[in-house]
Amino acid sequence: MPEQRILLRSHLGVDFTRLDDYIKHGGFAMWAKAQTLGPAGVTAEVKASGLRGRGGAGFPTGVKWGFLPNDGRTRYLVVNADEGEPGTFKDRYFLELDPFRQLEGILLACYAIGAHVSYIYIRGEYWNSKKVTQDAIDQLYAAGWLGKNIQGSGFDCDVYVHSGAGAYICGEETALIESIEGKPGMPRLKPPFPANYGAFGMPTIVNNTETLASVPVILEMGGQAWSDLGSPRNGGTKLVGVAGHVKNPGLFEVPMGTPMREIIYDLGGGILDDRAILAIIPGGSSCPFLTAEDLDVPMDFDSLKSKGSMLGTACITVMAEGLTDLLEVMRRITGFYEHESCGQCTPCRQGTGWLYAIADKMCKGQADESHIDLLISACNNIDGNTICAHGEAAAWPIRSIAKKFRPQLAAEIAKRAAARA
Amino acid sequence: MSDSLAFSDATRGKIHTLLGRYPRKQGALIPVLYLAQDEFGWLRPEVMELVAKELELPVATVLATATFYTMLYKKPVGRFHVQICVNVSCYLLGSDELMSIAQETLGIAPGQTSSDGLFSLEAVQCLCACDRAPTLQINQTDYFKVKGADFRNVLTQMQTEGTRLGPRPGWLEFQGDHDHHAHADQEAPHA
Repeated sequence: MPEQRILLRSHLGVDFTRLDDYIKHGGFAMWAKAQTLGPAGVTAEVKASGLRGRGGAGFPTGVKWGFLPNDGRTRYLVVNADEGEPGTFKDRYFLELDPFRQLEGILLACYAIGAHVSYIYIRGEYWNSKKVTQDAIDQLYAAGWLGKNIQGSGFDCDVYVHSGAGAYICGEETALIESIEGKPGMPRLKPPFPANYGAFGMPTIVNNTETLASVPVILEMGGQAWSDLGSPRNGGTKLVGVAGHVKNPGLFEVPMGTPMREIIYDLGGGILDDRAILAIIPGGSSCPFLTAEDLDVPMDFDSLKSKGSMLGTACITVMAEGLTDLLEVMRRITGFYEHESCGQCTPCRQGTGWLYAIADKMCKGQADESHIDLLISACNNIDGNTICAHGEAAAWPIRSIAKKFRPQLAAEIAKRAAARA
Repeated sequence: MSDSLAFSDATRGKIHTLLGRYPRKQGALIPVLYLAQDEFGWLRPEVMELVAKELELPVATVLATATFYTMLYKKPVGRFHVQICVNVSCYLLGSDELMSIAQETLGIAPGQTSSDGLFSLEAVQCLCACDRAPTLQINQTDYFKVKGADFRNVLTQMQTEGTRLGPRPGWLEFQGDHDHHAHADQEAPHA
C-alpha cells in the first residue's frame, strides 16, 4: 500500500483531543528543541524542508515567513481553516480529531516569526471543529502552553478562534483578513501583501491548517529528512482524500508524488461497480478536470501543473462512466461560484452568472452546441481579469470540461433539446 | 430603536471578552453578530442598531457586514434549520433524493420557512465531508452518509420535538411585522 502515515493517526485509537494523551505521544516535545534552535533556526528548518502551502497554492512556507519586515510593528499569525472548496475534507481532521497538532505548529510558527497573537479562522459551518479547537485552546491555557511566559520561556502567545459566517471567498487570504477585521470578505488588491499590510494593517503571515500541523513533524525529523519523503521540490507527506464514485472513500496520507492511480485504486478501492473513470477533479472544484488518461500523474504541485491542472487541496473527486451527468456537474459547479462571488469585480460577478445561466440552459434542453463556445468565451473573459483567483477558480474547471468532453456534451445537449421539442 | 432592546448580562460579559481579543472594536463585529442572533433569533434592524451602538460603529458598517454573510440571518430561520449539501460529491451520491424527502415531509421548498416557524429548508454548498457523502446539517449537528429512510425518521422526530419547543426567539415579532406565509428567502441557493 502506498500510505505513509505521519500526520494522520486516527488508526491508533487514541483520543488526541486530550492534552495528556497528545503529550504522551510526543506532543509539544518540539518546543524545547525550538528553544535551542532559536526563531531563526526554526525558520531555517522549515525552509530546508521545502514545505509548500497545503491550502492549495503551494507557496514555500519558510520563504513566506522570511518576508516579514523588521520594522518593530506588531505581527500576527492568521490560520486559514476556512475549508470550503467543494470536494475537500482534510483540515477537518486536525480541527476535530487532532487539534493540538495544529496548535503546536501555531506556537512554533509564532515563536519563529515573532508573533504573539494568532487568529484561527474556522469555517462557520464547522461547528464541531470550532468546539473541539476551542476546547483544546482552553486546555493549553490551563496547562501554561498558551498565554504569558509559556513554560517559563518568557515567550507570550495568545490564540483565538474566529468563526467565519458562510462565505467561501474568505478562504482567499486577504478576504479572510477583511473578515477578521469585521468587514465583508472582499479580497484586497496585492501588493501590498499581508506580510507588509495584513490584519489590522500589521505584518501578517497567513498559513493553512495542514501547513502548520506539518511544522512539529518537520522539526522532529529535520527539514531535509522530511523533504526527502516526497518528490523533488515537493517535499514531505501530504493528506489526500478520495471521494465520489469509489468503493472506499476516505482520507489518507502519502508521500508527495505518489501516482494518482495508486491513491484512487489502492486506497480508494477502485471505482463503484468496477466502472471506467469519466472524469477526475484532483484537488477541489477549482482544479481543471482530468481524465483516466492522466491516472499516472504523480500527486504533487509541479506534476499536476504540467498536466494543466493543480494539486489544490489534494482531495480527489472521482466521477464514473454511466453514473455521471456532466451537464448537471457543470450546473452545480457554476452555481457554486456564482453564489460565492463577492461581487466586487465585474468579470467575476457577471461572468459567473453567465456560466451558471448557460449550464442551466444546457441542462434544461434550451441550448445547442454553440453554447459550448459561448461557455468557453465567457471563461476567457473572466480569466485574468479579476482581483483574486475566484474568477479563475470558476473559469478553469468549466473551460476544461468544455474542451475535454466536447463530443459528450454536444450529444447530451442535442438529446435534451430534442426531448424538450 | 425600541428602548426595551438590550443584551442580557451574560451576552454583555461575552462581548467584553471578545473586545479584548482585537485591536479594533470592529474585529469583534462578526462574533458579536453571532451572539446577537443567538439572543434575539435573527438580525432584525433594531438588533443591528443595538450592535452598532455597542461597538461604536456606524449602522451602515454593521449592515454591510451582516448582509454579506449567509450565516448571519436577516430573516428568522426555523427552530430546525435543515441544510442539505447539493454540491458535486453529494450530488453524485444522491443528495437530490434527500432534498425530495425533505420537501415532501416538511411541505416547503428550498429557501422557505414553514408557516409555524419550525423548519427552514436550504440547499447549501459543500459541507466538506465528501468522503461521507451525502451530508447535511441540522442546526449545529452534522449528518453523514445519510440514508433516505433514516433522514425521514429524523425529520419526523423533529416535527414532534418542534411542536413542544415552538419557534425560535424573534419569530412572533417577524410574523407581527409581515404576516408572511412560507416566505421565500431573497437569495435561494441553486438547487
